[in-house]
Amino acid sequence: MKKYHYYMMALIGVAMIISSCGNGSNKSSSNGALGSSAAEKVYVAPGQQDEFYAFLSGGYSGNLTVYGLPSGRMFKEIPVFSQFPTSGYGYSEETKPMLNTSFGFVPWDDAHHPDISQTNGELDGRWIFINGNNTPRVARINLSTFETEEIIEVPNSAGNHSSSFITENTEYVVAGTRFSVPVPQKDMPINEYKGNFKGALTFISVEQEHGNMDIKFQLLMPGFNYDLSHPGRGDSHGWFFFTTYNTEEANSLMEVNSSQNDKDFIAAVNWKKIEEYVNNGGGTKMPADYAHNVYDEGTHMGTSTMKKEVLTVDPLKVPGAVFFLPTPKSPHGCDVDPTGQYIIGNGKLSADLTVHSFDKMIVAIEDEKFDGEAYGIPILKFEDVLAGTVKSGGLGPLHTEFDEKGNAYTTFFISSEVVKWKLGTWEVIDRKPTFYSVGHLMIPGGNSRKPFGKYVVAMNKITKDRYLPTGPEMEHSAQIYDISGEKMELIYDFPTHGEPHYAAGCPAELLAPKSKKIYRLDDNKHPYAVSNPSEARVERNGKEVHIYMSTIRSHFTPDNIEGVKVGDKVYFHITNHEQDFDVPHGFSIIGQNTSELLVMPGQTKTSIWEPKKVGVWPFYCTDFCSALHQEMQGYVRVSPANSDIELSWSLGE
Amino acid sequence: MKKASLVMIVGSALLMGLFVFPLWNIELGAPQYPEPLGINIYINGLQGQSEFDIQNIDGLNHYIGMKTLPKPEDMWEFSVFPLVIGGMVSLGVLFGVLGYFDKISYHWFFGWFILMTILGVLGMYDFNAWLLDYGTNLDPKAIMKLVNPDGTPMSYKPPLLGHQKMLNFDAYSYPRLGAYFMFLGMCLTLIAGYLGWKYKKASNLYYST
Repeated sequence: MKKYHYYMMALIGVAMIISSCGNGSNKSSSNGALGSSAAEKVYVAPGQQDEFYAFLSGGYSGNLTVYGLPSGRMFKEIPVFSQFPTSGYGYSEETKPMLNTSFGFVPWDDAHHPDISQTNGELDGRWIFINGNNTPRVARINLSTFETEEIIEVPNSAGNHSSSFITENTEYVVAGTRFSVPVPQKDMPINEYKGNFKGALTFISVEQEHGNMDIKFQLLMPGFNYDLSHPGRGDSHGWFFFTTYNTEEANSLMEVNSSQNDKDFIAAVNWKKIEEYVNNGGGTKMPADYAHNVYDEGTHMGTSTMKKEVLTVDPLKVPGAVFFLPTPKSPHGCDVDPTGQYIIGNGKLSADLTVHSFDKMIVAIEDEKFDGEAYGIPILKFEDVLAGTVKSGGLGPLHTEFDEKGNAYTTFFISSEVVKWKLGTWEVIDRKPTFYSVGHLMIPGGNSRKPFGKYVVAMNKITKDRYLPTGPEMEHSAQIYDISGEKMELIYDFPTHGEPHYAAGCPAELLAPKSKKIYRLDDNKHPYAVSNPSEARVERNGKEVHIYMSTIRSHFTPDNIEGVKVGDKVYFHITNHEQDFDVPHGFSIIGQNTSELLVMPGQTKTSIWEPKKVGVWPFYCTDFCSALHQEMQGYVRVSPANSDIELSWSLGE
Repeated sequence: MKKASLVMIVGSALLMGLFVFPLWNIELGAPQYPEPLGINIYINGLQGQSEFDIQNIDGLNHYIGMKTLPKPEDMWEFSVFPLVIGGMVSLGVLFGVLGYFDKISYHWFFGWFILMTILGVLGMYDFNAWLLDYGTNLDPKAIMKLVNPDGTPMSYKPPLLGHQKMLNFDAYSYPRLGAYFMFLGMCLTLIAGYLGWKYKKASNLYYST
């Protein structure tokens, strides 16, 4: 009995300990005397996490980088259009197909404008899309794995710049061509451009459950340059707006010859009308050649399919679907405010911003008040659609984002500043310099119906003296401004990777809880996966040798392999058997003419090795996986081509 | 006596909680495991606190040469404990029912409590012996062989109750909901005995006057 009481007392004691030290988190609240200092605002204490995700395009890095706001810390580079030796993306057998195009394997692109998927015009965090500008492509990245899942090539396009903007329920992701070209391509004199080239605006449908992309139709527009675009939202949902330049249709010394017209256009496209036309059998099927690459998370494998046909639409065949809104001086950015009422054209060679009114546009269309036409497409009267002009005093406006309080923020490249102005009154409220020559800017949700107007990130084109010098080539600089008050406040400055064009941001809680920690081994359907180390083996098929290998801290199974010969093509299929968060294993072997592999828990990746020399060659794990990482190694014995040594493999024998 | 019997029935039935909730939990936190690994100990087997914790604990334990954690079929306890608990629940409920119809006296309630206490202590003793075996009976070919300052092999036995620092790990060993159900149930059976005794005393007084 006495013993029992002792036991009981212990239980009571434990219960008290547990209840008294339940949540031992000691998050410091930090609203002291320095509450308003810039340092305090961007300081995210060690162990604490950022408030927002920011996805910055990598520009000519071809990739997408993930940052935190307000700290400006970089978390990940997501390989999209470029080979990435860090993980083996574009080098591994599974991911090579992702970079396939109608031009063959293209290891690089110029990634421009990321856009997060939306539902009812609000960020939903399912996927993020980004366009490749050089060899026209659109990619979709899964926001639970933060990996590229799909890339679709865009035929009849060249310079996929007015992309990859999405409609408010992610019905479509849009890919408008910056360079008009002959459609279909043909051998013809360049100076016969005018009237002969076409500008394809491609509407790619997005399947809502898995996000799979498919080209629904291509609108073949006059041969202008379609620069940027944004969807209508709210009342203007169903429309898409594209800025144009080179309405002169010049084909040489463009910087002069395409800057002659006082006004170019914003093309307003009623995509719902065209969708209806297409759904009723409209449009012309045209032979085409484009790659559709899909990565399957279950098989951990990408496949590339060549598509042979695309549906084209002549805008003249769908009356009332396309109109031109005259907009001064080669407009660049084309931004729509959160209500969907205002369409802002940033005339990059002017000092002013032109704001068009959606309601006025509809009235003008209904009243058929046209000011001529261009290639049969009605041009609306500038005065009839104009809502207002922002007399900013800056020079070279490029892009505009919005907060939830009715303010807009526009970048000015030439005068190197961000200007805050009021929608409706068009008055300038504040202006702050950027360092230097800002391109895009980003407010999380700032191109949706629900912006989170706490910070704006300005992404600059010129760095010069902002950081310690690193020779002629430097990373670009970005600045973070606090926009929670009436005046903007510069609070941080950080270097970014590649050349960020646009960016997209969202609250951390939208993505952090669903971010995957591992891939489940029991869901791995890779044809060369080993689900249990006992299945690890080596098989020969002529000159091909397939090594089914598994890894766990800290050994490869098998780690001794004999019977490989010079001239063989050796496939290392590595399955990581860890099911623990953040325990990747790497693989590399001496003389491999490709990159390493970095294999996440539960994943299988394949690397090819073609041994050229007789000998005993080591391979090892490239990721410091445990205290015994250095021991995680093995040997392959390579015998002469005519050797009769049988294949054998072992571990620990 | 009716009230005492009902309390006895409820008290012993609360032990059924052991079939649903874990009895005990051992949690292992380390710098590289900010979200600790954990084992939930049920009367019929072990389960990871998160889905892959058992596998991951085994993975780490192979460095020190510890055996892999037991599957239900590896230990007789996991088949016997459910029978013992089930038996004790049936017995307790039976005593309660018999008491309700005045077939037996409150002494049986105390008897049940004492038996359960003995079994509980034996269970704890067995649990501790199991921890000791796992913590000290290590593979002689272990990758890491660590010794105490006095030269004796280091023990990796987690504490029976409370916290202990083991290498880079902080081990925490505490009862969980199943144990609290058992604790509460046993308290109730003790109360049942007390109520029965009080009732008896009152009725004795009544009859003696």
